[in-house]
Order: sequence, then structure tokens, then C-alpha cells
Amino acid sequence: MATLQVELVAVERKIWSGEATTVIARTTEGELGILAGHAPVLAQLADGGVVTIRTVEGEDLIVAAHGGFLSITGEGVSILAENAEISNEIDVERAREALRRAEGERDDPEAQAAVRRAQSRLRAAGENV
Amino acid sequence: MAGSLRALRRRIRSTQSTKKIFSAQELIAGARIVRAQARVEASKPYAREITRVLSALASSASLDHPLLTERENPRRAAVLVITSDRGFAGSYNVNVLRRTEELLSLLRQEGKEPVLYVVGRKGETYYSFRDREMADTFTGFSEQPNYPDAQEVGRVLIEAFTSGADDADGGPGADGVLGVDELHIVYTEFRSLLAQVPVAKRMAPLEVEEVEEFDYEREDREHGVAKDDGPQAAYEFEPSAEGLLDALLPKYITTRIYAAMLESAASESASRRRAMKSASDNAEELAKNLSRQANQARQAEITQEISEIVGGADALVSSNSGD
Repeated sequence: MATLQVELVAVERKIWSGEATTVIARTTEGELGILAGHAPVLAQLADGGVVTIRTVEGEDLIVAAHGGFLSITGEGVSILAENAEISNEIDVERAREALRRAEGERDDPEAQAAVRRAQSRLRAAGENV
Repeated sequence: MAGSLRALRRRIRSTQSTKKIFSAQELIAGARIVRAQARVEASKPYAREITRVLSALASSASLDHPLLTERENPRRAAVLVITSDRGFAGSYNVNVLRRTEELLSLLRQEGKEPVLYVVGRKGETYYSFRDREMADTFTGFSEQPNYPDAQEVGRVLIEAFTSGADDADGGPGADGVLGVDELHIVYTEFRSLLAQVPVAKRMAPLEVEEVEEFDYEREDREHGVAKDDGPQAAYEFEPSAEGLLDALLPKYITTRIYAAMLESAASESASRRRAMKSASDNAEELAKNLSRQANQARQAEITQEISEIVGGADALVSSNSGD
């Protein structure tokens, strides 16, 4: 089966790269499922979104990506994010704490961004928010 | 004589203890360079990808985004200077500040009023000592900059740039904020452990550069696009190409600020290591000379004591024989 070459890069480092069969992402326009041979697309990821990468080993890699872009080319998919974390690296307690703190001051745009960041981390870790 | 010996010994001791400080600083800086270089490397994949995406966009979208178009009559130009928080780094800060002065006088010649934004405590002190106005300062992270620091700087600069769009002659426009029409950055480029060069670049109106050439030459926009390898894929855009450009360009500028900060941090550590190396070498040399002098003084003291004893004994002998 054809596979996708996936690159997941955050600003400070490359987080993951490898072969995958499917990538599921939520863009500002809606949910997007990508298989090999997808038409080239440039998309903006929805804030607080989660990206799921199904690797060739059949594993699901769930990533909290915030402030990011998705670029699909003939060869594969690159996901660019300002902040990105793989689900097993996420500290649920800390994300909850951040969410609680940020929700306290709803009016501040920075806090709203923090809320969305925390939400995406919690979603990626499999929590309900 | 004995007094001078004591003074010399004291100076040797103090020279040796400062030398210890210098060589410790040298070792710390050495370790920091390695880390800083690793971080420069780690940030490259993102810079490369974002440039690629932007190149793809630039070929499809119309290029009349405010961050891309030259303003007809630029009046104010923001200059972001990246200096260090601490001294002990040789000519690092002097060089970058000198380069800044060059840029400032060039801007003034072109009839633009420069507006200073300063990163690092050293630059801040330099300008506040000279009573020069600074629009904003950012301190406390020069050696280990993080992306949120760059985001903060980028936010301030982009805000100033966007609010400058409607400035009329000599006064703020409809939004009542005096903005800027151009963004420049002065930082120190890390070429190698021995060469760090201060460079000045224009960030906005933007010129999309290829990452590989990022440090070495300015490329015009068309060139940057043409460099994209392979045939251009016909992209679909979500949302629209313009919408994406809106979201992407500020991030691109922030990425460039971040890259400049990382380069500067590496350069700072490299300069500091070099400065501390020569300082500890000098201290060693000084201690060696001082201990020579001290030995000489000690020897002279002993010689004098001996000749005094001999002279005294002679005097006793001759007075006894005279009896």
C-alpha cells in the first residue's frame, strides 16, 4: 500500500518524521483525511486542533498542534506548528492547570489563545473538553 | 623592600583568582556555543518548511499583502537591535551597535526617521546612557532565547508596522497610533567559531528568502520562488490563498526574528569564549611576570640581610682587634 512521508516540525525542533498510511487533521474549513496520492493542498490548521497520524506499523500518533499549517505535496505531508506535542508526552495535569488558569481571564486575547492551546493538548491526550 | 614584596604577593594572588573566574567563564561559554549551535540546527527544518510553503503561496496568491508591498512614502523605519544581556563578550556588543549606527545614519539620509527596538540589556544601557529614545526593549533572554520571546518581539513589531499603514504626513493616521513603514533587524551572524559578523537586514516589506541562502545573501522575491525545487504543484488552499498569506506572513517574520536571536546567542557565546580565553591568557602572563619580580625582591632582601650581617660582624671583629 502506498504510504505518505510525514514531517512534523515545531519551531524549536523537528518532532517526528516517518512513513504513515493516513493523516487526519482539522483545518479551519473542516476535518481532512489524507491518504497517499492526495491532491496538493495548503491548509491552515484550526486552533486547538488535533492531528492524528496513522503510522505504517498501524499505530496512531495523536498530536496537539497549535498555530499550524499543513502542506500536502505529491510526496507527503508536512505539518508545521508553533507548538506541537505528541500525546504520550503531554502532561495532563499541567494542561488542566493551564486551562483553569487561562479560563479565569476570558477577556484577554493571550488567555484565549492559552485556553485553546490547553484544550488541544487535553484532546490529544484523550480527555474530554 | 619587605613592603614591596608583600604588595607583589598580594597582586599575584588577586591576578590568580581573577584568572580562575575568566577560565570558568571561558568553559561555560564553550559549552553554551555547542548548545546554541544545536538549537540553530534544530530550528532549521521549520524555517525551511515555512519558506517552502510561502514560496508555493507566493506563486499562487496575489502579492498585494501589506507586509509585502512597499509603502509609497516611507517615513519611519523600525530597527530591531539584538545585543547581549551581559558583558564580558569582547567586541560583540560594540560591533553590533556600530553596525546599527551605520544603518541609522543611512536611514536618516534616506529621509526616514529610525525607531529603535532593543533586545538585550547592553543595548538598552548604551542608548539610555546617550539619552536616545527607544520604542521598546526586551531583556533577560539573550543567551538562551525561546520561541515565545521571539513571538513577543514579533507581535510588537508587526503591530507597529500595521498601524503605520495609515500614517499621514507628520502625524498618526486614522487609528491615532504612530506606526512604522519598514522593519529592519541588526544581529550578529555566526559564521564560525572565529568569525561573527554583525549584519543588518530588512524584514518588512518582506523579501522571501530561501533558507539556505538565509544568512549569506539577500534574494529578491521572484528569485526565491524560482528556486523552489521541482515543478510547482497546483495547490488547493484552505481557506483562501489570501487568508493563508495573512496567517503565514506574521509567523514567517517571527521565525526570522527567532533565527536571528539564535544566531546572535551563538555569536555571543563565541565572542565571550574568545574574550575570556585572551583574558585568562593575559592574567597568566601577568602572574608570571609578577612572580618573577617577587622572586627578585625576595632575593634582594636576603642579599641585603646577609651583607648587613657580614658588615656587622666585620665591624665587631675590627673593633675587637683594635683593643
